[in-house]
Amino acid sequence: MESKLGLMEYATVREIRGPLVIIENTRNIGYEELVEVIGPEGESRLGRVIEAAEEYAVVQVFEGTTGLSISDTRVRAVGRTLEVPVSIEMLGRVFDGVGNPIDGLPAPIPEDFWDVNGAPINPYMRDYPTDFIQTGLSVIDGMNTLVRGQKLPIFSGSGLPHNLMAAQIARQARILGKEEEFAVILAAIGVKHDEAVFFKQSLEATGAFKRSALFLNLAEDPVIERIVTPRIALTLAEYLAFEHDMHVLVILTDMTNYCEALRELSAAREEVPSRKGYPGYMYTDLASIYERAGRIRGKRGSITQMPILTMPGDDMTHPIPDLTGYITEGQIVLSRELYRKGIYPPVDVLKSLSRLMKDGIGKGRTRGDHADVARQLYAAYARAREVRSLATIIGEASLSPIDRKYLEFGDLFEEKFLRQGEYEERDIFETLDLAWGILSTLPEEELTRIHREYIEKYYQRKEEKVE
Amino acid sequence: MSKIKGVITWASGPVVKAKGMLGVKMHELVEVGDERLIGEVIRIEGDMAIIQVYEYTTGIRPGERVYATGRPLSVMLGPGLIGNIYDGIQRPLEVIARKVGPFFRRGVRADPLPFHKKWHFKPLVKAGVKVEAGDIICEVQETGLITHRIMIPPNVRGTLKEMVPEGEYTVLDTIAVVEHEGTEIEVKMYQEWPVRIPRPFIKRLEPTEPLITGTRVIDTFFPMAKGGTAAVPGGFGTGKTVLLHQIASWSDARVVIYIGCGERGNEMTEVLIKFPELKDPYSGRPLMERTILIANTSNMPVIAREASIYTGVTLAEYYRDMGYDVLVVADSTSRWAEAIREIAGRLEEMPAEEGYPSYLPSRLAEFYERAGRVLALGNPERTGSLTIIGAVSPPGGDFTEPVTTHTLRFVRVFWGLDTELAYSRHYPAINWITSYSAYVDTIEEWWDRNVNRAWRAYRDEAMRILARENELKEHVRLLGPEALPEKEKLVMLTARILREGFLQQDAFDEIDTYCSVEKQFKLLKTIIDFHREAERLIERGVPFHRIRELKIIERLMRIKEEIPNDQTYKIEGFREEVINQLRATFEGVRTVGV
Repeated sequence: MESKLGLMEYATVREIRGPLVIIENTRNIGYEELVEVIGPEGESRLGRVIEAAEEYAVVQVFEGTTGLSISDTRVRAVGRTLEVPVSIEMLGRVFDGVGNPIDGLPAPIPEDFWDVNGAPINPYMRDYPTDFIQTGLSVIDGMNTLVRGQKLPIFSGSGLPHNLMAAQIARQARILGKEEEFAVILAAIGVKHDEAVFFKQSLEATGAFKRSALFLNLAEDPVIERIVTPRIALTLAEYLAFEHDMHVLVILTDMTNYCEALRELSAAREEVPSRKGYPGYMYTDLASIYERAGRIRGKRGSITQMPILTMPGDDMTHPIPDLTGYITEGQIVLSRELYRKGIYPPVDVLKSLSRLMKDGIGKGRTRGDHADVARQLYAAYARAREVRSLATIIGEASLSPIDRKYLEFGDLFEEKFLRQGEYEERDIFETLDLAWGILSTLPEEELTRIHREYIEKYYQRKEEKVE
Repeated sequence: MSKIKGVITWASGPVVKAKGMLGVKMHELVEVGDERLIGEVIRIEGDMAIIQVYEYTTGIRPGERVYATGRPLSVMLGPGLIGNIYDGIQRPLEVIARKVGPFFRRGVRADPLPFHKKWHFKPLVKAGVKVEAGDIICEVQETGLITHRIMIPPNVRGTLKEMVPEGEYTVLDTIAVVEHEGTEIEVKMYQEWPVRIPRPFIKRLEPTEPLITGTRVIDTFFPMAKGGTAAVPGGFGTGKTVLLHQIASWSDARVVIYIGCGERGNEMTEVLIKFPELKDPYSGRPLMERTILIANTSNMPVIAREASIYTGVTLAEYYRDMGYDVLVVADSTSRWAEAIREIAGRLEEMPAEEGYPSYLPSRLAEFYERAGRVLALGNPERTGSLTIIGAVSPPGGDFTEPVTTHTLRFVRVFWGLDTELAYSRHYPAINWITSYSAYVDTIEEWWDRNVNRAWRAYRDEAMRILARENELKEHVRLLGPEALPEKEKLVMLTARILREGFLQQDAFDEIDTYCSVEKQFKLLKTIIDFHREAERLIERGVPFHRIRELKIIERLMRIKEEIPNDQTYKIEGFREEVINQLRATFEGVRTVGV
């Protein structure tokens, strides 16, 4: 049946299975094309063709298939892929997981329509990220530096304060000595209502809300919608970064919910599962999200991504954190043990890493000794942790004097360097000086990771140490 | 172009089915749909062809056409390859960017070689001579580092009827005509070769020369040979990419092909930005003058990932045939295996382990078998080598997963990256207990001849000390370090010096990033001589704590980044000083003691 607009409409639904609808006798429906699924009540839902054949098409319905029936459901082919309206007016607004405004205001007037899947950036045209972002958190700035255009996830566990940290970073992030246009985009994927409210309030509190856009797919919203929420957020981010020269920070929380939606969809399609039932293409699928970060030659803007995921069972080898870690440029790992000790931010520094750090720090960017200090902190803290486990077996008293020094260093590191207030902002020089303070409790000759010249310059010898 | 034209009947992900394809060949290249996307036939059922598509298939509709091309997926080999960056099917990314901007669009065509560029051409043979496959007939200076030797293609032989004089020509110009049994074949500066078929050679030779990488733990402990194969498995964050970048930068191969297969976009950008700035330590020329990049990042079409490995290795074989030592670095073969798995899944093939198809091991074997040191076809007689280093990204850092275990069956060097070492920022995080190299014996002679006859003895002793430390660690964990006998305390100390002063190497330190073989040997000798002397002194009654308290030990751990490669004589002076200070501890024993 041909509709008034010349679009094809089909009433030939053959099967409804999970989030999928299979229609028969189709003509000219393309793979990945957008369709409208019209239910018995006349309500319209968005769908996407995931298998296109001569005689049938399989449609994935974003808002779920609840309430659809074989006899009363119609499917209308739109004749294009999923494109979303983008506009600078979308800042300061709140949308649902498929991009409809839910703040009671009318929909912003679109400046353009962009394909929700984006297009991969040609690696030849990428610009290598080197601009240091000061987050004000010592553990990140000092040891796992974030740079503009990086994708740095937070690997958390349920109940850990990852939202608090992400909000603090969104509030405090700045480039040394520069004021430039920035925006924060939040894609909430299957999060609880109060988490969404927390982010909104936290952004409002600092006046950053008017430069933010929130896309909320809450826990009670349809699962399949989660597939599209991060992509809508990133499409807007690309528009703002590469058309409006803005520096955009995109927070995606919680990617675990996204992956579960992906698994559900894969199961409904009866695909051969890979590890833990997740589809074999999950790496590629996640890459199609995470790689939408970076800078482009000749463009002023940038997209920095901070995905958040909760590791099921705090297991870092679970496919979700594992595949994420292989794509992202490092990871910030939160530790339940530190959290129990009452330390905020509870970052397990040994497991954390920022791959782009080396080019964002050093002379002219932060300070010459930065790389050495970070390396030494890692090495010393790793030794401290080893000594700590040794001490639990042989007792503190049987440790060698130098091992006792390391034990003390470990505690100082956690209490002085790591621990920080939720509203405490330390600049990078404060962070580095703090690091030297605790490194100076170790004998000078233990600092083998630091070049001599910096030891001469910054090491606080006993006699000159301020009590 | 062949006449076969089919009709798409089904599309999902990167796979389409088309009917009306009778006569199409397996692995034939086809053009799919109105946008003429590039695809390859991977299965034939009656008149139905199943096609994997190298580009995103979004919007493809059943009913669109498929056009057969009559030829397999091939690469174009000729001057202009070096310094280029290609996608998985040899489209230059720079040209694509010029055509469509920073984001990829589908259906873009780009010439693999610069067709209009004129190369200065120097003939090496005269018309009238008999030529056969592989004969070098002329030279072109491709970059400051590489002389491109134009060879008679593998399937051509006969009498050289014509040969153009020295001058400027493009790759499309006919430079020679070969006559064979009445037919004339035009020879150009380029030739084409199907990527899935290894290029022929006369015979394999034993790899006897090490591939020097400038990374101490590799060259000294787990050496690579030119023409050898190595696997580098490691979980994320273990420094795989940095290590591979280091090897690609500093190794003494003449041509380096870096395949970024399903990895991060920014990593390829980093190579692109840094390699033109970095200087080859052997010639002082920019590294980009010997490098070809193949980039098929994780967000680019998954099927092109599968092809990128073959594309890379075919380019490498071509330079090997010219008589060069070529290094292929593939990061990461796991993403390649996943691409194979994805296709197998879409074809509903019976999965073997973890969803991978049962032919995964044979695919891996085929790939690594393309490495080797060979006697190349043609005149003048020459040998070339192709070394393959493949990164493996095991899920969860678990080395028992299928890609790692099968890879280890086919490679002779294993550099296992260790998560614990990476956590304490010991880089390169190559675990010295689990790693191995089957080339230690074969390349020993090279070290004997070129560096020092004592190399093997020093290396083996260092390995013994590290292995002993590993055993003692358990002991220390239970009883504490003070419970060890004096000599074993020394083992622990020397092992620490070896770890920090030798194994650890800072890729970002100006001096330490590359370590010459002379410097490697002298550093090792200094540390081991320290150990031997200290051991002797302890036997003669010097208490261990006196040795430990020596200030020079700290310098022993730093000397690697204090003395540059061109001043290694200073290490000898330093070694004398170490031994003298050690002996001084004994002086004390004699006077105080008896």
